[in-house]
Amino acid sequence: MSDITQLTSAISSKNPAISIINGRLIDPGNRIDTQMDIHLQHGKIIALGKTPENFVAQQVIDASHQVVCPGLIDLRFHIKDPGYESKGSISSETRAAVAGGVTALCCPPDTTPIIDNAAMVKLIRLKAETEGVAKVYTLSALTQQLEGEKLSEMRKLKDAGCVGTTNALRPVKSTLVMRRALEYAASHDITVFIQAVEPWLSDGCAHEGAVSTRLGLAGIPVSAETIAISRDLQLIELTGAKAHFCQLSSAKAVQLIKQAQQEGLPVTADVTAHHLHLTEMDIGYFDSNCHVIPPLRTQRDQEALRQGLKSGIITNIVSDHQPLSSDAKLAPFEETQAGISGVETLLPLALKMIELQEMSLSEVIERLTLQPAKILNISEGTLAIGADADICVFDPEAYWLVDRKKFLSQGKNTPFHGWELKGKVTHTIKSGQVVFATETL
Amino acid sequence: MISNNIQLDEQGRLKHFLSIEGFKRQHLINILDAAEPFANVHEQAVKKVPLLRGKTIVNLFFEASTRTRTTFELAAKRLSADVLNINISTSATSKGESLLDMLHNLEAMHCDMFIVRHKQSGAAHLIAQHVSPLISVINAGDGCHSHPTQAMLDMFTIRRHKKDFADLKVVIVGDILHSRVARSQIHALTTLGVSAVRVVGPKTLIPTQIETLGVHVYHDLQAALIDADVVIMLRLQKERMQGALLPSESEYYHQYGLTEKKLKLAKPDAIVMHPGPINRGVEIASSIADGPQSVILEQVTNGIAIRMAVMSQTLGRSGEKA
Repeated sequence: MSDITQLTSAISSKNPAISIINGRLIDPGNRIDTQMDIHLQHGKIIALGKTPENFVAQQVIDASHQVVCPGLIDLRFHIKDPGYESKGSISSETRAAVAGGVTALCCPPDTTPIIDNAAMVKLIRLKAETEGVAKVYTLSALTQQLEGEKLSEMRKLKDAGCVGTTNALRPVKSTLVMRRALEYAASHDITVFIQAVEPWLSDGCAHEGAVSTRLGLAGIPVSAETIAISRDLQLIELTGAKAHFCQLSSAKAVQLIKQAQQEGLPVTADVTAHHLHLTEMDIGYFDSNCHVIPPLRTQRDQEALRQGLKSGIITNIVSDHQPLSSDAKLAPFEETQAGISGVETLLPLALKMIELQEMSLSEVIERLTLQPAKILNISEGTLAIGADADICVFDPEAYWLVDRKKFLSQGKNTPFHGWELKGKVTHTIKSGQVVFATETL
Repeated sequence: MISNNIQLDEQGRLKHFLSIEGFKRQHLINILDAAEPFANVHEQAVKKVPLLRGKTIVNLFFEASTRTRTTFELAAKRLSADVLNINISTSATSKGESLLDMLHNLEAMHCDMFIVRHKQSGAAHLIAQHVSPLISVINAGDGCHSHPTQAMLDMFTIRRHKKDFADLKVVIVGDILHSRVARSQIHALTTLGVSAVRVVGPKTLIPTQIETLGVHVYHDLQAALIDADVVIMLRLQKERMQGALLPSESEYYHQYGLTEKKLKLAKPDAIVMHPGPINRGVEIASSIADGPQSVILEQVTNGIAIRMAVMSQTLGRSGEKA
């Protein structure tokens, strides 16, 4: 903690004029990847390159040998607030987010109470504005109380600020309700986020395969994912709804999404950073930090997810950040809560794809910024002049050791503890304000 | 993970006994050898040996059991240890006290060993990872994962009848999916060098990719029994009739029940084993359970010797140091 300074309070002006100089500016949306300065004022990007006339920087950030890119946008981030503040609060978790370079995050509606009414949307926005340091977007519940029976007031929720709708981890069992929900969402141009889970086959805690067999753990077969994806793809074709599939976990799922995209269906998909780097083998002897939903699958699945990311079938990478108390992981594997406190390792794990899949730095950044912004239909994820000054500055060559005790998140639940990762965020700016900065390394 | 076996201490000696997986052949042979002298203790006038005098052993059973708990208790008493039996019904843990909280309370009472049975796979590993370093943990069955002392007593019984493991054909029949006994037996048999381990059951009761553990899968009992040296029948839980795993008991018995006619397909000197308690007429005919090829009761007796061996190997040496 000692090397971190929260500068927010130190700066008198709320949105000071800032110049970030000498950095390698990467903005995939505008095809920029070059050394260039960038200037911010009144919370917006006002110039690239030369300092504009009459511009006096109150703060200059020297980004030599560093990358300057749009702030990351994380489409899957469980904030646990309201409802489970002992695990994570908007205050703690948005601070963790900006420490990971994330300036905008999108949380699913399975909070307590559930986000199925406009008042909840307003409450979360208010809390984010007063207590938080990152932008917090919300997805509305697809059905009332996520019960899969009655449609939520998704249009009102959209007007209140929800950027999409989802039934989160609670699959809509009734095909008829799912059809109607997709039709209704399509009528109002609302993107439906789908976590593909066939409920009858999902009563397990690990991938159904060699490891679950060896350890005697109840398995979740790949077909639990593919059956659900197949059903919903048929319904998407029928209804014309726009859908985003969350957290693919298997090679077959990637294949199904690829086919659908080739047929012209309006579908996108994401993958978590941990599914790109872990497999069922990492469970070892019941490591509950590897208990995640969907489960970690085989090396072949991991390889397909990586390739899908590179080829663009998988549009973006998410953290699926799930802060959990230490007790939640201290039980026999099946009884532990699923999830990883992932936002603080999102960027370096994504950057590993440069070496593993021969992706370019710009391609990786695109999948963390521009692509998720497109899915949410928000004008972020870019360094265009006039855009919100949401910026991440990181050292792409800095190695660091993951130490869960140093996480700003209240959740210390990470399977990456002790991993040496490359790429460290040095500054995060949200709406022109420096919300995170490390001292020079 | 696998290279870092928490079951052994820095000197490579037995610290916990949680699963067969992770042990080399010689470790298992050592346990079998250590059990040999104990196998005859009960024939002596004084059945006790003083190896664990002054040690306190806690039987921590989160799941009901009579035989296993009793044989562990007898084994501990024959080694002169003090034994505390704690049966924790599910209602007690549902008070909100976590497994580990309960454990730390017991630790505070300065016990030397926990013998744990729990309905969740991995419970014994979890406990071993979190108890104070002076305490040994023996797994008496965790979920569908492991029941290593049962597997060792089965190996002990096989060795008494068959001497050499290498050329044996061993058939394990029944609900492999839910069986911690089967998983441990498979690891023990393959580690001891048995070349042909056959598991038999309908696909609903055979876990996916079980072949990766080094076994051959059969769905036809008669085909699997041909030339078998050892036939291990597993207990079929009544609740398996629910959830569409099986159509009926009678159909199961017809397909997978061991009858005298089917047993004739095995070698004439084949032995028949069962971890108990047996369901007569569901997985095995009474005439076989009580017949000359059955070693089922011998298994129970050998269970005491094996458990004495495992306990004395894990706990006996701290006495050496003192």
